[in-house]
Amino acid sequence: MKVKLKVKRSNPETGDSSYSKYEIETENSVTLLDALIQVREYEDGTLALRCSCRSAICGSCSMRVDGRARLACRAKVIALTRDNPEHEIVVEPMGNMPVIKDLVNDMESFWSKMRQVDPYIKPEGPTPEAEFRVPNEAMIDLTHVMNCIMCGACVSDCTVLEVDKNFIAPAALAKAYRATADPRDDHEHDRLEKLSEYGGIWDCTRCNMCVEVCPKGVAPMNRIMQLREMALEAGIKGNAGARHTGIFTKSIEDGGRLNEIWMVPGSVGMFNVPRMMKEMPGALKMLRAGKLPIGQVIPPGFPGSHKMHGMDRVRNVVRKSASLKPVKAEVKAHDA
Amino acid sequence: MAVYEHDVLVIGGGLAGMRAALRAQELGADVAMVSKVHPVRSHSNAAQGGINGPGLGEGGGPWEEHFFETTKASDYLGDQDAIEILAREGGKEVLQCEHWGVVFSRKDDGQMAVRRFGGMGKARTFFVGAITGQAILHVLYEQLMKPAVHDAMRMYEEWFVTSLIVDEGVCRGAVAMNIRTGELHAITAKATIIATGGLGRVYEPSTNALICTGDGIAQAYRAGAPIMDMEMVQIHPTTLKGSGVLITEGARGEGAYLLNKDGERFMEKYAPKMMELASRDVVSRAEQMEIDAGRAVDGCVYLDMRHLGEDVIKEKLEEIYEIARDLVNIDIAKELLPVLPGVHYIMGGVKTDIDGLTPMPGLYSAGEAACVSVHGANRVGANSLLDTLVFGRRAAEHAVPWMQGKTFKPIPESVVENDRKMIRGILDRPTNGDRVAKIRRDMGVSMSANVGLFRSPDKLVAQQGELKTLRERYDKVGVEDKGSVFNTDLLFHIELGYMLDCADMIATSAIERKESRGAHTRLDFPNRDDENWLKHIVLTKQPDGSEKMTYIPVTITEFQPEERKY
Repeated sequence: MKVKLKVKRSNPETGDSSYSKYEIETENSVTLLDALIQVREYEDGTLALRCSCRSAICGSCSMRVDGRARLACRAKVIALTRDNPEHEIVVEPMGNMPVIKDLVNDMESFWSKMRQVDPYIKPEGPTPEAEFRVPNEAMIDLTHVMNCIMCGACVSDCTVLEVDKNFIAPAALAKAYRATADPRDDHEHDRLEKLSEYGGIWDCTRCNMCVEVCPKGVAPMNRIMQLREMALEAGIKGNAGARHTGIFTKSIEDGGRLNEIWMVPGSVGMFNVPRMMKEMPGALKMLRAGKLPIGQVIPPGFPGSHKMHGMDRVRNVVRKSASLKPVKAEVKAHDA
Repeated sequence: MAVYEHDVLVIGGGLAGMRAALRAQELGADVAMVSKVHPVRSHSNAAQGGINGPGLGEGGGPWEEHFFETTKASDYLGDQDAIEILAREGGKEVLQCEHWGVVFSRKDDGQMAVRRFGGMGKARTFFVGAITGQAILHVLYEQLMKPAVHDAMRMYEEWFVTSLIVDEGVCRGAVAMNIRTGELHAITAKATIIATGGLGRVYEPSTNALICTGDGIAQAYRAGAPIMDMEMVQIHPTTLKGSGVLITEGARGEGAYLLNKDGERFMEKYAPKMMELASRDVVSRAEQMEIDAGRAVDGCVYLDMRHLGEDVIKEKLEEIYEIARDLVNIDIAKELLPVLPGVHYIMGGVKTDIDGLTPMPGLYSAGEAACVSVHGANRVGANSLLDTLVFGRRAAEHAVPWMQGKTFKPIPESVVENDRKMIRGILDRPTNGDRVAKIRRDMGVSMSANVGLFRSPDKLVAQQGELKTLRERYDKVGVEDKGSVFNTDLLFHIELGYMLDCADMIATSAIERKESRGAHTRLDFPNRDDENWLKHIVLTKQPDGSEKMTYIPVTITEFQPEERKY
């Protein structure tokens, strides 16, 4: 089949940045990586990209394909062109990380964030003579996270990182889950405290992009959500994220709907006047738009607070969803 | 340009390299690691099925059994002093991995589970689903990310070694290019450990990653270190047609069948006792005989996993499920998967003793690049990861005390001059219509055709001629990219030079060994010949550029060679 490629090029030595167009003949079964290698080897030797294993285990060849981060070796050309031989596949380097040349990103920020979460288990006490005895379910759960090949696709397309460079971002937070949820690790509480700080688990906006682009089913956002639940269970609530979750839940439990008047004070802290002042312009806009119903001025949980009809059913739903929390595996015995 | 100085320089960031670096640092050395790719991109990732853990608890089984089975599988070419060490110390290494955090699959009681692997009498292989290598590699890298380790170790990440530095017969480090700048530097060290992995890309197709180009083996050869057992190239029984992508032996370990086009479990004819789990060389030959006899479909036999059930497949072979789905559009839970034998592993490599030391002072090697030899003429599945860990650690444990207190004279900057000239030469050469990729493909395809599973003297000789022609083309071919930053065009050129050196050594040794043993099958000498060939073939480059061939007797301690039946 004919394959049309439009590849973003940048050459740091000349400062040039442009797109190169290639048209090649390939077999129907090829991956985008095969096509790019064919270009590099037979059309244009100056094209730079990283690749090695060809089977989605080394994590080298992530790049943006038609605007989305993909592993080139996992993307079938025929699927990308969607039966339209004229479709030009646009290939660009990953986002959120500087470019060294062409499709090669500088991943130092990726790795420094990885190091920031202490990405290794820290067992305390004497080293057991045999293996740690741990449940298989815990190992299978962690194997799904260890399946991460550090390709950077999730970091490339993370919408939070795009606006806040301090965000630890999905890959490193998933790695944090791997260490925190490992029953052999003995630092769950201080890990969760650290992860609850600015840039950590509460800064994710749940846009789901990392789940969509991850080529290995690691589902980083779901790991972040698991960490949030673990943090709340551990009683780590002295932060805006946890408080937001608290007032959110309380509002629903109490009145069956979100109490917009009390969300901000409830999240930033009732006595955090400077922060609330900062939110005033937004609040006034909402008021004008009729989105701060005056009937909800009594805070959730106080006598006379607003209740919607059918509260019994709402409480039922809340109770049921609370019971769906994943159970964290425990260490059976430290030595055996 | 600069001259960097360290105690220990580890070349290669895979399992052998990382294990060596971690241990050397633990022992107090100033350690540097140079790797042409980021360490987690290393090919150790690809070991899917598992790691043997002899002597480790109930699952690992008695180490003596592993010692014997590895020796037998090696077709008695493995050195038994080395295999004994692998078996005695292997369990401890696997346990260390578990303590570091490898998420090994478990039994109901929380102990590590085992699965069966080929060539082994019973289940003794520990595993993490079908991502064992990746899981161990990533956990070792986790250890490297510890602040105390990370801050003290110099990582030359995405640096490409162009040659070893040898001064007065002692290896003193390496010349390497920073791929991001194109600059050459001397990284000097009192001890250098080559852990650069294998050379699978010398063949086309191959299960190996594109980075497996035999760099370290060729560098050691050029520096004058002896290279051993190069004719022993392992052909894996189950790879995908075309891409050569590996389908783990773990699939057969979990009970998968091999079928010919008539639906017959043909291994019954070749290895009635062990069936699909006979040694890799035995299974690959059987498949090829079925294929050659016309009992194949499109040049492939079938791997049948349908009876394993979706649950077992999803839990234990998820990676294979995904590979089959994504690469060949087959649902292994419902359909047969066409597979064929493919080049997978080099048993030979840089000759070392049981401490990873080569005959050249200061030069060590470990992992697939090295030949200790624990694999002999045929490596047992799940022994490669074990080899990297045991001998990576042992190399560090010998190198650190050896270099302590030694002083060497400084290496002058001029040591990089030769390599600079070599690179200049490549960049200045006009592109003459030929291409590095074409030469590489011609090399790979001809190596597969002529020095593959079944070897005949006429084809071997023809291949030597072919390699000479390829070398002539190589000396004339240029590159398109003339830049300094991330010039992969240039790197592939240099890599092809390494691969041609390796291909030459494979062909030379294959012509020399006039018998059939393990992975080396000569059609004109179909039997094993212990009287004449119970010895290693060693190739050493002489100072005048010529090559010397010598023999080293196999070390036999416990097990006298006997006929190998599965």
